[in-house]
Amino acid sequence: MSLNSYLIVGSRPYGEQVCDIRITNGLISEIGSGLEPGDHQVVKAHDLISLPSFVDLHTHLREPGREDAETIASGSRAATLGGFSAVFAMANTTPVADTAGVVEQVWRIGRETGLVDVFPIGAVSVGLHGEALAELGAMAASAAKVTVFSDDGNCVSDPLLMRRALEYVKTFDGVIAQHAQDPRLTQGAQMNEGELSGILGLTGWPAVAEEAIIARDVLLTSHVDSRLHVCHVSTSGSVAIIRWAKEMGIRVTAEVTPHHLLLTEDLVSSFDPVYKVNPPLRSRADTLALREALADGTLDIVATDHAPHPHESKDCEWDSAAFGMLGLETALGVVVAAMAETPGWSWRTLSERMSTVPAKIGRALNHGRPLAVGEPAHIVLVNPQKTREVVPSQLASLSGNTPYAGMTLPVSVTDVFFNGVHQVRGGELHE
Amino acid sequence: MKHLISVQDLSRTDTLHILDTARELDRVTNGGIKLLPTLRGRTVVNLFYEDSTRTRLSFERAAKRLSADVVTVSAKGSSLSKGESLKDTALTLNAMGADMIVVRHPSPGAAHRLAHAGWLDSRVLNAGDGKHEHPTQALADALTIRARLRPEAVDFDGLTIGIVGDVLHSRVARSNIFLLASLGANVVVIGPPTLLPVRIENWPCTVSYSLDAALPELDVIMMLRVQQERMNGTFFPSELEYSRSFGLNRSRAAALPTHAIVMHPGPMNRGVEITAEVADGTRSVITEQVANGLKVRMAIMYLLIGGDVSVA
Amino acid sequence: MTQPLNTASSGPSRTGSRIVADPDDISRALRRLAHQVVENVKDVTNLVILGIPTRGVPLAQRLAKNIGEIEGVAVPVGSLDVTLFRDDLRMRPSKALEQTLIPDVGFDDKIVILVDDVLFSGRTIRAALDALNEYGRPAVVQLAVLVDRGHRELPIRADYVGKNLPTSLSENVSVHLSEIDSIDQVVIHSANASTEGTA
Repeated sequence: MSLNSYLIVGSRPYGEQVCDIRITNGLISEIGSGLEPGDHQVVKAHDLISLPSFVDLHTHLREPGREDAETIASGSRAATLGGFSAVFAMANTTPVADTAGVVEQVWRIGRETGLVDVFPIGAVSVGLHGEALAELGAMAASAAKVTVFSDDGNCVSDPLLMRRALEYVKTFDGVIAQHAQDPRLTQGAQMNEGELSGILGLTGWPAVAEEAIIARDVLLTSHVDSRLHVCHVSTSGSVAIIRWAKEMGIRVTAEVTPHHLLLTEDLVSSFDPVYKVNPPLRSRADTLALREALADGTLDIVATDHAPHPHESKDCEWDSAAFGMLGLETALGVVVAAMAETPGWSWRTLSERMSTVPAKIGRALNHGRPLAVGEPAHIVLVNPQKTREVVPSQLASLSGNTPYAGMTLPVSVTDVFFNGVHQVRGGELHE
Repeated sequence: MKHLISVQDLSRTDTLHILDTARELDRVTNGGIKLLPTLRGRTVVNLFYEDSTRTRLSFERAAKRLSADVVTVSAKGSSLSKGESLKDTALTLNAMGADMIVVRHPSPGAAHRLAHAGWLDSRVLNAGDGKHEHPTQALADALTIRARLRPEAVDFDGLTIGIVGDVLHSRVARSNIFLLASLGANVVVIGPPTLLPVRIENWPCTVSYSLDAALPELDVIMMLRVQQERMNGTFFPSELEYSRSFGLNRSRAAALPTHAIVMHPGPMNRGVEITAEVADGTRSVITEQVANGLKVRMAIMYLLIGGDVSVA
Repeated sequence: MTQPLNTASSGPSRTGSRIVADPDDISRALRRLAHQVVENVKDVTNLVILGIPTRGVPLAQRLAKNIGEIEGVAVPVGSLDVTLFRDDLRMRPSKALEQTLIPDVGFDDKIVILVDDVLFSGRTIRAALDALNEYGRPAVVQLAVLVDRGHRELPIRADYVGKNLPTSLSENVSVHLSEIDSIDQVVIHSANASTEGTA
């Protein structure tokens, strides 16, 4: 039998018709029914769903700088176990990924790890300070070929700097991924502003702080005819603005995180900082609006905003705790749990939102491809019947800050092929 | 009841039980007993991350009058000011065998975390956590109102209680609104919209922006302290404009019903939210609030750690 | 000084419970106790009677009334809750405090009679003596109980006993009084019977 040649037998691509998929030399070489194994290793996949592996446009890998929380290697393991073949690594590292040197280092370590493709995101501004443009062109021209730029963690709040950034990335077909958060309206903010924030005495984070920035940015994008991506949309008002902008023909895309689809602000009543995240968990009505918008395509993609933090950053009082939650290893299960009841949702739609479209936005040409002959063999097999209980200590991430601890997710990733390599088998990573 | 973190954890029965216990303690101590043996051998730790001499002294006295061993750990000059985490402090106090931690902390939910994060076995009594709650102050206020206006009744049906000023930043206001409403009072919150939390209209109270319009209806008026740091022009234009609209002075006090009482959780900014004349006047029950604070704290300490602490 | 009541009335026996005193028994016992007090305490005007809650309080009121009727004076009555002075607080969850009402006359240099329903381990009385000591300095302190069921854990005895009731430790004794329980009776429950308001 030849190495890395497989015949996946009996799975249902996109949850549709059963067929067999042959993988040869990292590519899908044949699709059909009743295929003969020949010298290919047989992977029995009856009752499993096959999908193109997922692409995460928003991941924090913490390296360089906070290797106690996550490394490119550990984050890559978490990503492949979650069914991803590519992750876009956010720029808010130490040092900040605002030069060609840093992005090339991240890209290189990702290649050496070799479990997923790691695409560095470049900072928009020097040091994420929101004052001067970082060397966007140099990062685009580097070996890492950066196309996505973001100050995520911080908002590019200065409208003039935002305008310049949107204009500048047009030269190399880049996109600005905005963390939409008006800094003045969210000074000291700790949770969604509403009845509950008032009762808990936690400083409120109004929806308008997100929506006002998105409204401004879509108008700027329209004005300079560039490309905007909105990170982690969390409110129904943001959805309405994005829907309007798309109707106007503005080139805006938007992401929603799994946790904003599933979790709501009432969890904050426990004062457990595992629920502290930026943007904050919102109301039930927001959650429903986000689900509907993801189903109808107003929100283009799911992105995890995987944000590992060391134990001590969460094992403390709310105010002192860090923002963020893990997302890579639970993304699929959480999205399925959140979206199952939403009209218009299907495995085909899920694949669009978690693979095809994020790859397109990030210009990751080798990812998010359909399951078809000649395409790269980035394939994930999902068992739609096998539930999975989330146990923080069993996660591949170096951190344990998952809000889903103890929760049972409805589906499991069982197998992952990356470039034709069968590296996750039966839910276990084989490096 | 294992901990006291929020008045919202108290059923109406719990609240009345605490108030009844405080009333009996008042009878006992007024009968001449200054020192009760009840908590002999128990250790109460006062863990104060914020300076508050008044509150700290009240908790210390409550514990000492019940013969508890009292340890006070204050922010100044201790490991608390050297950046030791709340968790590490909790682990230390747990190792010392504290039966009860009385905690004041600037972060909302800090007392809840101490009680529920699995760091310690002690009972936790919230002595004020950021803008969240200050349950013993609200219980002291309820005891004061009961003694003055409802000595025989079980609850506060038919009483209208005005809470005036900076509700947004006030843990005292939060605890009072929910506690007094749970006892049947009609609570009216009065202040400029900048100092009221959004969606407060969904809380168990009504909202008014006009103190003058509300005055004739009030059986109780509770004035909240305006923090110095709010007076920088971002919440209201000036101190003068604030006291002109929301300060309690002689002429406003005269507009109250004759039986109405004036309350303030202290410390007061005389001349800002309340004039000295009203604060020291015959309607003022401010010193009773202080005395009742002691009784309520004794009552809660007895109820939380007086009996078998191995049961919830 | 004490004289046992007549043999226990054999009332209707429910599962494991038997009534050992009926309303007449209780009322006779209290009248007898009043006479004993009057005989024993020479100056009734110097008397203060303190009931220990819950059921010691109505007993104290009845006793004071009986004495008052015999002597033609009003005997000051109060109540003394000893919960905060108990040495066995840690053995059960905190219980509600009951009323302490010290008569206006106080009890410095008075003859104080403590009244309780059942005398058992003696720990309640020890706590009561501690409490009294905090309030003032009586000239004499005496103890009256409706039932003495034995099993003392401290060197304490009653000066006036309504009924000596030998019991086993596995039994519970309940005193029911009409002011609280709408009926006057004393009941013994064996350990496995369902009980309410037992001592």
